[in-house]
Amino acid sequence: MTQFFEPEFKGQDLVCVRGERTVFRGLGFSIAPGGALILIGPNGSGKSSLLRMMAGLLRPAAGRMDWVENGQAEDALEDIDAHGARLHYVGHHDAVKPVLSAAENIGFWAHVRGGGQDGIRDALDVLDIKHLYDVPGRFLSAGQKRRVNLARIIAAPAPLWLLDEPTTALDKATIKRLEGAIQKHRDAGGMVVLSTHAEVNTPGAETLNLADFACKAPLDEHVMV
Amino acid sequence: MDKFNELVKRDLSLAFRQGMDSLMVVAFFIIAVVLFPFGVGPEPNTLAKIAGGTIWVAALLSSMLSLERLFQTDYEDGSLELLALAPIPLEITVLAKVVAHWLTTGLPLIVTAPLLAVLMQMPTEGFIVLIAALLLGTPTLSLIGAVGAALILGSRRGGVLLSLLVLPLYIPILIFGVSAVDAAIFDQSVRPHLVFLGALLAGSMALTPWASAAALRQALE
Amino acid sequence: MHRFANPTRFLKLAAIIQPWVAGITLGLFAIGLYMAFFTAPPDYQQGESVRIMYVHVPSAWMGMFCYAAMAVASAVALVWKHPLADVAGKATAPVGAAFTFLALATGSLWGKPMWGTWWVWDARLTSMLILLFLYIGYMALQGAFDDRARGARASAILALVGVVNLPIIKFSVDWWNTLHQPASVIKMDGPSIHPDMLWPLLIMAVAFKTYYVWILLVRIRQELTANKVRILRLKQVHGG
Repeated sequence: MTQFFEPEFKGQDLVCVRGERTVFRGLGFSIAPGGALILIGPNGSGKSSLLRMMAGLLRPAAGRMDWVENGQAEDALEDIDAHGARLHYVGHHDAVKPVLSAAENIGFWAHVRGGGQDGIRDALDVLDIKHLYDVPGRFLSAGQKRRVNLARIIAAPAPLWLLDEPTTALDKATIKRLEGAIQKHRDAGGMVVLSTHAEVNTPGAETLNLADFACKAPLDEHVMV
Repeated sequence: MDKFNELVKRDLSLAFRQGMDSLMVVAFFIIAVVLFPFGVGPEPNTLAKIAGGTIWVAALLSSMLSLERLFQTDYEDGSLELLALAPIPLEITVLAKVVAHWLTTGLPLIVTAPLLAVLMQMPTEGFIVLIAALLLGTPTLSLIGAVGAALILGSRRGGVLLSLLVLPLYIPILIFGVSAVDAAIFDQSVRPHLVFLGALLAGSMALTPWASAAALRQALE
Repeated sequence: MHRFANPTRFLKLAAIIQPWVAGITLGLFAIGLYMAFFTAPPDYQQGESVRIMYVHVPSAWMGMFCYAAMAVASAVALVWKHPLADVAGKATAPVGAAFTFLALATGSLWGKPMWGTWWVWDARLTSMLILLFLYIGYMALQGAFDDRARGARASAILALVGVVNLPIIKFSVDWWNTLHQPASVIKMDGPSIHPDMLWPLLIMAVAFKTYYVWILLVRIRQELTANKVRILRLKQVHGG
């Protein structure tokens, strides 16, 4: 298992504007190696937006995110490729190509990240879908696709996992397996941020309620135009 | 470079396994050209006069039609987000996708072009130059079209909008492509025309991946 | 930069400037049109029809000027995320398209007595026609998204791509034109033009420019107000 002694990941004073609306403002977070952060909040409070922002897909309207090592802060968004290499993102879509087998799907992403093909079988095993190794994506159910997508992040190690409702379409037994994978990742010094509606057992996780950062002002300067 | 090849390989295998796409582009190319004799009459001299222009216009349209899907499926199934997050500059990723697109659509068009030139009664002096001009011009079409394809992601009217954005930008390639063929037929120097096509290719190779990547990033926000 | 980024401050400033710009524009138009119709001499070859030039040439200039302005606004919007730049680019596009169309229409009207036909594939007119397509593409892209911010960003990128391409298009169209028929190009450039014709032309050009500034101010103010209304609506929907 790869050990991560990576720096902390921190954000401060983050402002998110979506479709001319300030979703949240003044948001800060901090995740240490081995830490987990659970995002909660009502619909539209910006859980998905925050995860996309952490991934670097969505530029914050204000504020900054840093990788902090020995008190040295390094702007996460400055080198977006280096930032991307440090994280795995699981969004609403599973990115499973219908004409590629499960192994080819995972293998491609592992290769793009400079990883080998040896982790694929183990990763599939973690989520109990070893039997899907050479099954093309078009035969997979929604739950199976989600599992292939999760196997993708296990197959190529990266310290920060950003999981947007990873339990969608998963049954109880698979959620248990996911919990196990998350725990193993954290034990190795990895970090996890996740938003979920179902209960995911992550001992010692911090909780961030996005409703606390909702914007109340009737007209605010970030969306003046 | 290794990762670049992997990206190209992926798009190629996706294209081959989904099949048909290349064939349909070629079929469209042929049909579009075949329409002209019905429009202007089958008189050989008339056809020979418009052969170069017709083939180029049809190539322009076929290239544009196939470009609509360049980023679309990756955008819809979430792959594009992951590609943007992969530790490869997005500009390189775009270039890899364009290369794969050109190999699966541009190249078949070039192979078909001489056949259409025969149908259109083009004088044989023009054949070699037609192929050379297409070899230099069609990659530029793919490169410029990629910017348009990235810009229309998530918009309400994809295809028609793409043609509106991209076709005016294709005009210089059309002009030099056709004038090269005409020059060959009238036994004039084809070099300046081909040099301009080459310059357009070099310029768009340097600039368009950058624009496409910017367009993709804003589409993913 | 951000001193003027504040739309409230801009609105105050615009409210003061606008009547002045409007006044100057109307005054210049009055003088320019009077000179164009009455004091400028008829051309010894073209006769009275040469007076179309006083509308045609400034419109063509403005068509190109507006595209450049749009590209600058787009660059500012993309690089510095200046909130007013987006609005300025958006407000410029229809104005520029209208100028371009006017240039084409007057060019066609002028062509009839000169060439005996409404349309000739003259290099200059053809370039203007392609420019009109670029404007239409920009406006279509801007309106094609449910999220207005997306439309603004996408069309800003398109404007920059277009402005890089414009010289190439211009050059290739000239090239194409010389290869085919050497059409009797409308020759209005160069220092050979008589001062009696130059002055009304310059005054009209300035009038067109101040007219653009006037319309731009009106459209930006209108856009900002519409935005405010929409944001208040959104707040109602989302609470808070």
